[in-house]
Amino acid sequence: MVAKAPSKQSTTKLSELPHEGHFGEFGGQFVPEILIPALKELERAHKEITARFDFQSELKALRADYGGRPTPLYFAKRLTEHAGGARIFLKREDVVHGGAHTLNNALGQALLARAMGKRRVIAETGAGQHGVAVAMACAVLGLNAEIYMGARDIERQALNAQRMKVLGAVVHAVTSGSQTLKDAINEALRDWVTNVPTTYYLMGSVIGPHPYPMIVRDFQRVIGDEIKGQLLRREQRLPDLLVACVGGGSNAIGTFYPFVSDEKVQFLGVEAAGAASLSRGSIGVLHGAKTFVLQDEHGHIAETHSIAAGLDYAAVGPEHALYKKLGRGEYVPVSDAEALEGFRLLARLEGILPALEAAHAVYAGVQRAKRMKRDQIMVITLSGRGDKDLETVVRYDTQPTPEQTL
Amino acid sequence: MILSQRLNKRFEEVRRRGEAALIGYIMTGEPQLPRTLEYIKALEAGGLDVLELGVPFTDPIADGPTLQAAHARALRQGVTVHTALQFVRELRKSSELPILLMTYYNPIYRLGEESFARRCSEASVDGVIIPDLPIEEATSWVNQARKYGLARVFFATPETDTERVKKICEYASGFLYLVSRYGTTGAHETLAPTAIPLIERVRPLVPQDLRLAVGFGFSTRAQIEMVVRAGVDGVIVGSALAARIAEGASPETITDYVRELKAGTRPLP
Repeated sequence: MVAKAPSKQSTTKLSELPHEGHFGEFGGQFVPEILIPALKELERAHKEITARFDFQSELKALRADYGGRPTPLYFAKRLTEHAGGARIFLKREDVVHGGAHTLNNALGQALLARAMGKRRVIAETGAGQHGVAVAMACAVLGLNAEIYMGARDIERQALNAQRMKVLGAVVHAVTSGSQTLKDAINEALRDWVTNVPTTYYLMGSVIGPHPYPMIVRDFQRVIGDEIKGQLLRREQRLPDLLVACVGGGSNAIGTFYPFVSDEKVQFLGVEAAGAASLSRGSIGVLHGAKTFVLQDEHGHIAETHSIAAGLDYAAVGPEHALYKKLGRGEYVPVSDAEALEGFRLLARLEGILPALEAAHAVYAGVQRAKRMKRDQIMVITLSGRGDKDLETVVRYDTQPTPEQTL
Repeated sequence: MILSQRLNKRFEEVRRRGEAALIGYIMTGEPQLPRTLEYIKALEAGGLDVLELGVPFTDPIADGPTLQAAHARALRQGVTVHTALQFVRELRKSSELPILLMTYYNPIYRLGEESFARRCSEASVDGVIIPDLPIEEATSWVNQARKYGLARVFFATPETDTERVKKICEYASGFLYLVSRYGTTGAHETLAPTAIPLIERVRPLVPQDLRLAVGFGFSTRAQIEMVVRAGVDGVIVGSALAARIAEGASPETITDYVRELKAGTRPLP
């Protein structure tokens, strides 16, 4: 179970973070000088514009009427019986318009971009869910979207790449490095330094330089806020454990953050075993933030592997790094094969195809539920739906991935 | 320790001759590891005043395609900070060329700022340029660099306002690196429209003991002449050299090219 936070750090007010752009020792703004004024402007805009009543009411209306919020909190009866322990609820972010939690953030930031007068929006994407969400948000708000996506990810998430194009976005295939999310972020940053006066960079996770980890968290916390309200109404109590998958960590922070001061609510973050920066990494600096990173002794960033493109990332959001360091959150790795087991389990027992990213959380959640009492409550956030992954799942059965052959 | 004397002395000499300094970049391990030293000698023979020696990183976000490829080639050859430092030690046996290491921050962080600064100092490195370390994150690095007598080069760009330029000058030593254009590193034939206004705006803000050098997009003698007339103390050429070396230019060709660029640093009035 989750370790108690060391007493000397118990005064850290997690709910007020970040402090001057840092989450404890993590976070910060390790970026080229040319981006600093833009980050300061963004921080100011986030603070001022998102506080306005008209901004909040437009966001709320879009989330509800366009995005389909609030999403259901579903009691997974058969999954619960299968595990034979804690009662398992599923937070259904897979039913958000577009098929993932990513729209929560994309709508919020696209509104912010429009209010800042920036009509050109760039973004990176891994699994393509963030790219699709950005393309949708830009379409509905009349902005121009350009999405950077690793060539390898385009190959394994071809449907999402097509969706973005149909939605009117320009998709740039990134052929440098490992051709995955990390390299897509590199290219998006290079675009931003080139076009910073006219361009809004719509970061897709709680990663990158300050204020992005804070902005994305603030737009994703709707997940946890809803869970809290829904569970209190239904069960008159808070959950014992929250479970979510962690790549960059946005659906997990969105789930965890509203409970950060509820000390009895424990957090379980689930990483891909081949990209487990919190479970197996060390502290370093990547994409503007100090955080846990998979790297070698010389500080070169490691290439990662996951069957889930959205978890295939060598670093993690700095707020998760702090949760781990303080013992506020527990983080565990789940392998490709285990994630597929979670995928099949949820499909057969509940008739839900989870995204392969979310399937990691399902697997770890079920394992943990077995060791919990029947009167305990667990909420697993289903970050997205798995239609995009069917081809990968089928291919896996006939052709082992690198991790499988280890 | 006296701060980066070799670098300041070189700027002095260059100024006395009525020139600006030509600062050139090469990635450690280019064109192949055994030949880097030979190419550094070729740069020096052409009249290079200051060397920027690259340390490779897996995710060079400030670099365009030419230098990204150089980073990738160096990594494939196993080049690390230690390889670069070994080159400097080797070079120092026969040369007083001021050398600045150019590295992203993570390799420094991984080694430890103090350990890195000490090793640089022991190898007679004169300064360090870190493209992803703005002053907000640089307090501890500045202390280490100060302790070990290394020049601390920071950047100012077309986006940097007057107040911030002044603040950056307080952190910097050696020279202030002006980014002449929006974008990543990469050679261009013409001067960016942002370059001259930036130089004219920043020049009066820079204190006496700090030089002003400009880079990003320089590849021709004509470009260099224009910025030197506008009042910079140095011009940095990176990708244009890297591209020629990567394309297989001989050391002699590189020497000739540097000689031509160097001529641009002493424009006729």
